Amino acid sequence: MRNLWNNYRYLFFRRFTQIGILVLYFGANAWGWTILMGNLSSSLLLNVVPLSDPYAGLQMLFAGAVMATDLLIGMLIVTIFYLVVGGRAFCSWVCPVNIVTDAAALIRRKLGVDAISKRQPASRNMRYWVLALSLIISAVMGITAFEFISPISMLHRGIVFGLGFGWAAMLIIFLFDIFVLKNGWCGHICPLGGFYSLVGELSQIRVQHTEENCTLCMKCKAICPESQVLYMVGKESLPVLSGECTNCARCIEVCDDDALSFSIRKLAKTKKTGE
Amino acid sequence: MSNDRRKFILNIARSAGITALGGFIWSAYVDEVTASQLLLRPPGAIKEEDFLKTCIKCGLCVEACPYDTLLLAKPGDNKPLGTPYFTPREIPCYMCPDIPCVPVCPTGALDESSVTTNGELDINVADMGLAVIDDESCIAFWGIQCDACYRACPLLGEAITVEYEKNERTGKHAFLKPVVHADVCTGCGLCEKACVTEKAAIFVLPREVAQGKAGDYYIKGWDKEDEKRLENAQEIKTTTKISEKSAIDSLNSGMEDLY
Repeated sequence: MRNLWNNYRYLFFRRFTQIGILVLYFGANAWGWTILMGNLSSSLLLNVVPLSDPYAGLQMLFAGAVMATDLLIGMLIVTIFYLVVGGRAFCSWVCPVNIVTDAAALIRRKLGVDAISKRQPASRNMRYWVLALSLIISAVMGITAFEFISPISMLHRGIVFGLGFGWAAMLIIFLFDIFVLKNGWCGHICPLGGFYSLVGELSQIRVQHTEENCTLCMKCKAICPESQVLYMVGKESLPVLSGECTNCARCIEVCDDDALSFSIRKLAKTKKTGE
Repeated sequence: MSNDRRKFILNIARSAGITALGGFIWSAYVDEVTASQLLLRPPGAIKEEDFLKTCIKCGLCVEACPYDTLLLAKPGDNKPLGTPYFTPREIPCYMCPDIPCVPVCPTGALDESSVTTNGELDINVADMGLAVIDDESCIAFWGIQCDACYRACPLLGEAITVEYEKNERTGKHAFLKPVVHADVCTGCGLCEKACVTEKAAIFVLPREVAQGKAGDYYIKGWDKEDEKRLENAQEIKTTTKISEKSAIDSLNSGMEDLY
């Protein structure tokens, strides 16, 4: 039991925050709760604090919308938050699509799909292209380009305000991730993930690898949805500095040898130079 | 060496090509899904074109609405995804005096100043659309007495009035015809909700759809205000080859070769 907790504690907390946030949004719409109103695009915390998706705001800026003060404050708060806790902490701790793609990744592992398609035919940098493209289209068409096709908002908005055919978009991502491309949506295409990857380049909470403890079992790399960020495992004691790390902490949980742990960026750096 | 360079250039060309391809498909799709014209927005909504780029689709207006009038467009609704709208025949806008849906908007897609008179919120100046009557299916135009829409209107006697007209068919009855006044109507849709016909004979349309436009070159000579538009008017004189001569000369010219 203790072992089970140890191996899944962060996963539990992540599902707890992901579902908890949606429950608060749902309660706000269904029963008039005022803890957290709106959805992940923009919300109001405790009736006072505005919170807004900075990427949606960026698209609005490119589309030529007049930026309201509340919106700018909301974007700033969210950006600062993710600069501290890790940009893509949004992806693994908040975004509900993560639950879908994690399930797809689990099934993919169980089915052994990777054994028959070892090489991934697409670059993970694709998300930055999609990100740039979304801003270009926003500017040219005068419209928030990604917000009108985003399966992420389809899901969180759908859960709060009615799903419609949103489930079909989830099914597409689910099947795509299992049968077409490993970590296809979250790890290759999603421009919001790309955006938070760039924010994450500066974020403070990071995973730290201690090479002396590593037994090269490579469980961490097998479970990691962005395994390229763990390039140092078994080679060097380094913090995971890539913004593409989602701080999901699955690597920390699966490691039986205490070779991975959370750390603060600054401390991790001094440790490295101290050695 | 040259093979490497060829690969490199080809790779760049391929990335650019795929990006352009994706961009065009994406643009076409977004253009198509945002093209819906027949959509009624919440009170205070800015111009549709600006609304589509400013609305962040958070649903705070939907949550603020006490009547569940407002909905967010879902996939499958065939409306610009995630944006708020309402269908008056289902649930109309009940025109709350405190307009709870507007001040909560974080982005200004619902503009408080457009529903404010003298520093106070005023739902009566809202402009969600315009009620239009189909006089073929409106039974009041048949001579049957019905004033459901007139009675339902929150701006009773202002936005909809009833005009009397002799019913020549019977010779002794009157038509009581409802007339919508476009300058007062807010487009709340209470009339559409109240209409007794199977499919509403009075219904709200967005103003861009419901109204025509006479154009700037028509001026109401009997209207002092409208006449003022002429004050700064300047004569525009078009000079072409035929206006070199006087009008009569011009009309008579070109005959030379007839003789």
